[in-house]
Amino acid sequence: MSMTARSSRAADTHRSESVERPKPNGPVLAALLASGIGSTVLGVLTTLSQSHAGFRALMDIDKNLGFNVGVGPLSGKTVYAVAAWLVAWAIAGYVMRGKSYGERPFFIATFVLVAIGLLGTFPLFFENFPVLAR
Amino acid sequence: MELSQREWWTVIHGMVLGATFLLAFAGGLAGLYSLRPDLVTVAGIRERLPRLNLGTAVMAIVAWLTVITGTWLVYPWYRAAIPTSPRSLLIANPAKAEWHTFGMEWKEHVAWFAPIIATAVAFAVFYYGPRLAKEEGMRRVLIALFIIAFATAGVAGLFGAFINKVAPIT
Repeated sequence: MSMTARSSRAADTHRSESVERPKPNGPVLAALLASGIGSTVLGVLTTLSQSHAGFRALMDIDKNLGFNVGVGPLSGKTVYAVAAWLVAWAIAGYVMRGKSYGERPFFIATFVLVAIGLLGTFPLFFENFPVLAR
Repeated sequence: MELSQREWWTVIHGMVLGATFLLAFAGGLAGLYSLRPDLVTVAGIRERLPRLNLGTAVMAIVAWLTVITGTWLVYPWYRAAIPTSPRSLLIANPAKAEWHTFGMEWKEHVAWFAPIIATAVAFAVFYYGPRLAKEEGMRRVLIALFIIAFATAGVAGLFGAFINKVAPIT
């Protein structure tokens, strides 16, 4: 057998092994779960901001931090949601690193959390949500 | 044949980044769908992986650029507290007010799902590499999330195009 054929077969074996070798699913499940948490936070902040004037003012970090770009409460809703997503990802990623878990509960949790977020950002929902404070 | 600075930014936000997003989604989805051991050999999986990585990574990056430019550059022009801003014009006309109360209100929030979810999908694709072909359940979930990310951006993009038609930013 020639050197080329031998090295080609060795490369194929290596490639096959990297496809076969299992990897712990914890880091990926943590990323998916965190994306669900970030989505839910965005939905909750959007709905609360619509139903409570004080909370809406709190969300206007564009104004509160002195940027005054004119983004309004959307600035806080999105910045806090992204921050919640990153913090959730960091914590879950740390806790779940190097481990494997049953995937199904994490998949369900991710989709439920994303669905809550989508509901909370849907105008027909948040505009009809009970007004807590004008 | 002139565009104002604001019009340029709406073009970059909606068309340049939007078109790149569409292309990246198509590449990423095709890559995720075809990453199956029953469809391709080990060598085939290896060959597809760089395109899948590129598609998911570009989609995530472009989604971030789109929402950041949209929220912090274009949106303030839309909602400026002056009678001639698009938001003011829409609200003042009962026949067009729903473009703001429903369309814009939905668009400005739902768009932010796309980068968050697309980033999670891209991370999973990079983490697993060729092994993803063996993770059937995970691959299906990633496809579903990838489509959700695209759909949320699609809603935002569609309303953005319509609203800019009804009440353009100039």
